[in-house]
Amino acid sequence: MSDNKPGFSTLAIHAGASADPATGARATPIYQTTSFVFDDVDQAAALFGLQAFGNIYTRITNPTTAVLEERIASLEGGTAGLAVASGHAAQLGVLHTLMQPGDEFIASNKLYGGSINQFNHSFKNFGWNVVWADTDDPASFEAAVTERTRAIFVESLANPGGIVTDLEAISKMAKKAGVPLIVDNTMATPYLCRPIEHGADIVVHSLTKFIGGHGNSMGGMIVDGGSFDWTASGRYPMLSEPRPEYQGIVIHETFGNFGFAIACRVLGLRDLGAALSPFNAFLILTGVETLPLRMAKHCENALAVAEWLNGHKAVEWVRYAGLKDDPYHELANKYVPKGAGAVFTFGLKGGYEAGVKAVSSVNLFSHLANIGDTRSLIIHPASTTHRQLTDEQKSAAGAGPEVVRLSIGLEDVDDIIADLDQALAG
Amino acid sequence: MNHDDYPDAYIRSILDEVKTIAVVGASANRVRPSYFVLTYLLSKGYDAIPVNPGRAGKPIAGAMTYASMADIDRPIDMVDIFRNSEAAAGVVHEALELDPLPKVIWMQLGVRNDEAAALAEAAGVRVVMDRCPKIEYARLCGEIGWAGVSSGVISSRKPAMREGYQRFGIAAGRRD
Ligand SMILES: Cc1ncc(COP(=O)(O)O)c(C=O)c1O
Repeated sequence: MSDNKPGFSTLAIHAGASADPATGARATPIYQTTSFVFDDVDQAAALFGLQAFGNIYTRITNPTTAVLEERIASLEGGTAGLAVASGHAAQLGVLHTLMQPGDEFIASNKLYGGSINQFNHSFKNFGWNVVWADTDDPASFEAAVTERTRAIFVESLANPGGIVTDLEAISKMAKKAGVPLIVDNTMATPYLCRPIEHGADIVVHSLTKFIGGHGNSMGGMIVDGGSFDWTASGRYPMLSEPRPEYQGIVIHETFGNFGFAIACRVLGLRDLGAALSPFNAFLILTGVETLPLRMAKHCENALAVAEWLNGHKAVEWVRYAGLKDDPYHELANKYVPKGAGAVFTFGLKGGYEAGVKAVSSVNLFSHLANIGDTRSLIIHPASTTHRQLTDEQKSAAGAGPEVVRLSIGLEDVDDIIADLDQALAG
Repeated sequence: MNHDDYPDAYIRSILDEVKTIAVVGASANRVRPSYFVLTYLLSKGYDAIPVNPGRAGKPIAGAMTYASMADIDRPIDMVDIFRNSEAAAGVVHEALELDPLPKVIWMQLGVRNDEAAALAEAAGVRVVMDRCPKIEYARLCGEIGWAGVSSGVISSRKPAMREGYQRFGIAAGRRD
């Protein structure tokens, strides 16, 4: 290990977590405390002025949560991380740092339905205007660029599944426009895809899914890629201008290649307040330790189920990029060569009614609105997660009436297939 | 020395060994990066000495400021340069006139002058460029992780504690 960089599995277990400084405890302790005693007045002043590293209050930093932040930053190959209460809070935190009222950002039209809602409605209330582009047509991102564009947002593997984004092509458009590329890497996790290596400037996660992996904790993460120049264009005053919140500190100049993560923390999280609970950080950290093993098994099971569904008479189509004849197979070989994830969709010949029947007939599968659990999950997006969208938006997001979405778990694959078999029968 | 990528052991040995650090270009403005670095080095027990002709004779963060390195009344182990890459050459020339010579010349994040570095190394002085001693110290002792920053350090050992509740130190003789 001395000369070589540690491998992914080593980082998944060790990054950020030396033994506890106070007790020597080897597992990361749960620092379930709101606040931290100061050494003296001088140290307190240095902490409040951002001059010293240390903990003040769990809304801003916490030693348990910090291990998770360093762990994920390290797995993504970024400079720093910021954990927050949910994936949506991560998206809010990133755009809060980049956008002023009246600014625009360009987003892929193939996103998790909740993100489409967040961008179309809540963010518009802040005066942050989303402009939609077509994931499959990188040129559509370039065509959407205006004077007010501040960022581009895509998912690596897009929820509800099957779509692989050409990150390098879209990163070229972002570089040309001089704006950062934000990649939601929730569905792939850094085990399958490391977007920063493909030109992403910022990575966001819902830790709620595969990274935590056990369906027990909400969480979100912002990872700073460390290479974007926040000062050159003058478009990002949160990073490049003296900040009145801290007596005139210029964040990018002071914190260099991890300035974005610091800005999201001390200007965003501090005031917006969506902090992660240290207990959730602990549970998610425990999940991360087995991320490589779990993702490999999730992908293996998902491919077997997709192949089985592909030959089923009630099934019109299966959209899983791991299948050889899938339109995204080539992109999958490039961006997610170890496996195309475990979330995908298929279409039932019987349409809306058949979809409702399938989710009502399963027994091992859980009918619920989540992905990335040890358990296999099923949902009919048109009647649930994507219900609020118009029919046009539903189809554009890959959630038409006949579509069923699966998140394949870690059970024995024969049992997973047997449950689907009985649910699709007759 | 390859100045594109320093081994942790190189940086650690420097920060472990030096005691007196002249901070050239130190500002009394409390929000400037040089002020951050000066106060951090002082808090870690270094004898950090601000050098700034415009401020000579007045203290910054309690440390007396000198007009030039030559005016400092004690031997300097390390020179930390807060000037741009071009101006760094002049500071290096000045440092190489000191008797005794400093052991280390350190140029801050964004500051790099390979010619000046070669000159210093030829005189037996170790050089670090385009790095910040505050960030490197915090990275190697583990404190930087509290801010979610990736330290690149993997270790199952306990961090070395300094006096106080939230203060780590660099442990001497540690293997990376
Ligand atoms: C791809 C993707 N991004 C973001 C989110 C939002 O995350 P959270 O539910 O943790 O707020 C989800 C949740 O389903 C998701 O699937």
